[in-house]
Amino acid sequence: MAKGTLYNKIWDSHSVTTLPTGQTQLFVGLHLVHEVTSPQAFDMLRERNLKVAYPDRTFATIDHIVPTSTHHRPFEDGQAEQMMRAIEVNAKEFGLNFFNFESGRQGIVHIIGPELGLTQPGMTIACGDSHTSTHGAFGTLSFGVGTSQVRDVLASQCLAMDRMKVRRVEINGKLGRGVTPKDVVLYIINRLGVKGGIGYVYEYAGEVFDRMTMEGRMTVCNMSIEGGARAGYVNPDETTFEYLAGREYAPKGADWDKAVAYWKSVASDADAEYDDVVRYDAADIEPMVTWGVTPGQSVRISQPLPDPGATGDDGDRKSMELAYRHMKLNPGQKMVETKIDVAFIGSCTNGRISDLRAAAEVVRGHKVAGSVRAFVVPGSMQVRKQAIEEGLDKVFQSAGFEWREAGCSMCLAMNPDRLQGDQISASSSNRNFIGRQGSPTGRTLLMSPAMVAAAAIEGHVTDIRDFAAEGAQHV
Amino acid sequence: MSKIKRIIGRAVPIIGDDIDTDRIIPARYLKEITFGKMGEYPFFDERFNADGSKKEHPFNQAEYQGASILIGNSNFGCGSSREHAPQALARWGIKAVVAESLAEIFAGNCTMIGVPTVTASSEDVAELQKLTSEDPSAELTLDLEEMVIKTGDREITVQMPDGRRKALTEGIWDSTSLLIENSDKVKETAARLPYVAFARK
Repeated sequence: MAKGTLYNKIWDSHSVTTLPTGQTQLFVGLHLVHEVTSPQAFDMLRERNLKVAYPDRTFATIDHIVPTSTHHRPFEDGQAEQMMRAIEVNAKEFGLNFFNFESGRQGIVHIIGPELGLTQPGMTIACGDSHTSTHGAFGTLSFGVGTSQVRDVLASQCLAMDRMKVRRVEINGKLGRGVTPKDVVLYIINRLGVKGGIGYVYEYAGEVFDRMTMEGRMTVCNMSIEGGARAGYVNPDETTFEYLAGREYAPKGADWDKAVAYWKSVASDADAEYDDVVRYDAADIEPMVTWGVTPGQSVRISQPLPDPGATGDDGDRKSMELAYRHMKLNPGQKMVETKIDVAFIGSCTNGRISDLRAAAEVVRGHKVAGSVRAFVVPGSMQVRKQAIEEGLDKVFQSAGFEWREAGCSMCLAMNPDRLQGDQISASSSNRNFIGRQGSPTGRTLLMSPAMVAAAAIEGHVTDIRDFAAEGAQHV
Repeated sequence: MSKIKRIIGRAVPIIGDDIDTDRIIPARYLKEITFGKMGEYPFFDERFNADGSKKEHPFNQAEYQGASILIGNSNFGCGSSREHAPQALARWGIKAVVAESLAEIFAGNCTMIGVPTVTASSEDVAELQKLTSEDPSAELTLDLEEMVIKTGDREITVQMPDGRRKALTEGIWDSTSLLIENSDKVKETAARLPYVAFARK
């Protein structure tokens, strides 16, 4: 099935052979490595006396454990320092490309792959990180793997895989005011469910994605995994090529034309076949915010929270009841006016320059509410540098935001940035799981960077469309 | 690699949809650079209060100590790709996972460490959870050749992708050794891909 899709084309061209298990041996064009899911894999290589098969296709960086208040070494946290040393030793011993602080190119692995031009259409990309789906924005087949599979890729540049199905998610029409790519993906997950994508790759298509910027497409593909789809992609087009032109690792000279020809050839054919197709109307999407403990438990900002009694599915009802207990929210209420304690702008979902620009636009001329601790964490050193050149750091700092170094920060609890007790955070990240932001009783509301910025200023969840209107009145 | 055809043991029900890998193992334990101690951490924040006192959780109950089959609901193991989650469960004693559905990356990670993951219908999972809640001493047999779970006179059909099943039953789940055998074919595949030859700088 899925004849003529980008998925099938890339799968076929990267299939090495059929393994005795019946699975496909799939070649991995780009292997991205970070400090958390790799040390055990390198140890396994040592135990078996194996080398990295394709070190020139393997790129490492550091993101999860990095403190973002300062990159100064040694890190205060002894465990983080030990993990840092492990990747330094491994990168050197196995001869990998390594983007450390000194390189000026360190950052969240899914931010730096694209910004360096390493991520290119028609590739297979693997990384020991579920948000590897991000790279699908370029028309790649990209997915997260576990540590033993990291070992496989290091040792062989391949994975043992089963073919997946392809669902086309088509959205036509025009997005309304204040509706961002983050809202689009939260809407998709809300409609298809957090398990709707199991066994599928999502192809995002239609006018909304045709018009979307590369950074927006990355935000959408990033959260494919939150809908259960291990990978998601957008077919490569002129927007993709324009983004890549001139990037550090993008093809140069005569190779550029060859590359563009190849990239065009991998896009899904007009008559491609899909295992499933869903269609939505852009006009149905509003600014979205999650209220629960899965990324699918979200609501359009104008709507009241759902009634667990109204769902026909017993599992869904229990999940919703658990979510209401944890979040201390009630069915029927609206999210607007919900007070927040922390505002976090950053992560592999929304830590790019366009996200920072959008948030700064909201923040400019305002002050963070006294009760809110707000901070901005650029996704990479290069994003940070660009933002400083544009003066965004000043905009954020004069409004009362903390301005940080690059890293994963409060998206997950592996560095000093954590919620305390049952604090509520407005977060531009990707997961609102129980305990995700570092406190077992902490509460996370996922939303777009602009909505986080507005919530930081008002001290509570705010419909960005109302905030914008209010701002206009002040002028 | 050993052939994994049958798992026989008691089972522990873990009730609830969408149990993510952050809940199975909180991220702070991922700062360890080996998997050695992971068996101490499964469901940590659901099992212990901040002061170390125990909460009510099947993994804390005396009658489930030594259980080797986890019975979960839908989308079990969703979220982060951390292999630390199956490592934590396996090192605690779990040898197989049965659920209504499993997150793709989690299921793959389980296979990589020799832990079969199978799915069964919602009704059958509910029945197994009820049975093992009421009688934690009930013994289950997961048979990967017949693809059934047997307990007493009851026989429940289960599913698993055939590649993963074959890897386990034939003892070829160490994919690294399979993959490195084909290094010449890998070179040929790489040589056919236009981008491998593109100059980067």
